[in-house]
Amino acid sequence: MREPTVIAADYFDTYSVVGLLAVVGVLFVAVAFGAGRLLRPVVPTPEKLLTYECGVDPVGEGWAHTQVRYYVYAFLYVIFAVDSIFLFPWATVFAAPGYGATTLVEMFVFLGFLAVGLLYAYKKGVLAWT
Amino acid sequence: MNDALDVAVRLLLVFAAFLVLPLVVGQTEHKVMAHMQGRLGPMYAGGFHGWAQLVADGVKFAQKEDVVPKDADRRVFQLAPAVALLPYLLVLVAIPVGPGDGAVGALVDAGIFFVLAVMGVGVLGSLMAGWASANKFSLLGGLRTAAQLLAYELPMLLAAASVAMAAGTVSLTGVLDAFAWWWVPWQIVGALVFFVAGLAELQRPPFDMPVADSEIIFGAYTEYTGLRFALFLLAEYAGIVVLCGLTTVLFLGGWHGPWGADGLGWLWTLLKTAVLAFVVIWLRVSYPRLREDQLQKLAWTTLVPLALAQIALTGIVKVAIS
Repeated sequence: MREPTVIAADYFDTYSVVGLLAVVGVLFVAVAFGAGRLLRPVVPTPEKLLTYECGVDPVGEGWAHTQVRYYVYAFLYVIFAVDSIFLFPWATVFAAPGYGATTLVEMFVFLGFLAVGLLYAYKKGVLAWT
Repeated sequence: MNDALDVAVRLLLVFAAFLVLPLVVGQTEHKVMAHMQGRLGPMYAGGFHGWAQLVADGVKFAQKEDVVPKDADRRVFQLAPAVALLPYLLVLVAIPVGPGDGAVGALVDAGIFFVLAVMGVGVLGSLMAGWASANKFSLLGGLRTAAQLLAYELPMLLAAASVAMAAGTVSLTGVLDAFAWWWVPWQIVGALVFFVAGLAELQRPPFDMPVADSEIIFGAYTEYTGLRFALFLLAEYAGIVVLCGLTTVLFLGGWHGPWGADGLGWLWTLLKTAVLAFVVIWLRVSYPRLREDQLQKLAWTTLVPLALAQIALTGIVKVAIS
């Protein structure tokens, strides 16, 4: 079964409404901020512009050192997410006539890779909070 | 109908839904939470059971001074609420409410792909707010938001992929056209994973670690006041509407109903969305906040494996019946 040829310009036509809505959204925010500027008082004092920390004066710099404990998750996420993106195009055709069992086996190979990766990360203790 | 007029009406309807539905959910939350906790909730504004409470809140927010802390990264700080809010508006346009091509804002061909991608942008607003505030607590909140996104985006993607496999298409209208009632039990695990992961991405209780008020003040939104804070709140409630709408469309059959699917399809969509929104509120009242490590553990060791199992099940059943 061959899809009729789709001209790129026609294809992106469907996104024109989305684009227009984005413009509407930006206008909404702009009008809200603009109206807010007219409606609200502006009475800055040094105390008011201080960083808020529970009511006492802030201690040290605003951007403090913190240990990012889950940076390994970030790598895992990138790997897994990039993998799973490929599921979507595959999902639209895998059960089409002529594929069937073959693609199903392929799916299990794919899932196997993911599962082994996850298991490895689990065994390595990466998934535990350190 | 005239093309330009048609587009204008669609935009207007989507925009109206975007402004009204989150307020309805918000007001429902006020009342439902109150009654679950043996209180009355707002009773004065507007007269009848305080229906205009959120309107009054909005007026109050618009009149409040807009404070940008001296140390903050001014432009990023000011833009963050818009970045958090607008993606949900864009997602609404792709959600079909009734049968046929007319009952959806825009027929986005790669619907599932589009909504997941655009919803991911919303979290960027929280990250911008957390970083630009130059506040330790905001930064902690922002980092927790990032961790939560990393953990829960994946099960959400996988659960959505399972539906795409079942329907053989990534178009949201296509998914609904292919829907049959037995999809609900077939995809139930995926539905739970999707819904829970969505809740976590919205940072709703019990997954509200990033804004844990008793711990890090209000996370990334600590320094915000007035209109900008209101936009963050609106983003949260618009997020609830979008999540419940998407769960309805992907897993619960959208406009399909036991009867009246032709004329009253939109009503089914709204009804299912409303029931899910009620569940979201219910969960907030019922469960304590998860700790950060429990939160990560739930995603990686429970939801991801469950989503993978659902994909396997979907694949086997789909090939078996075709």
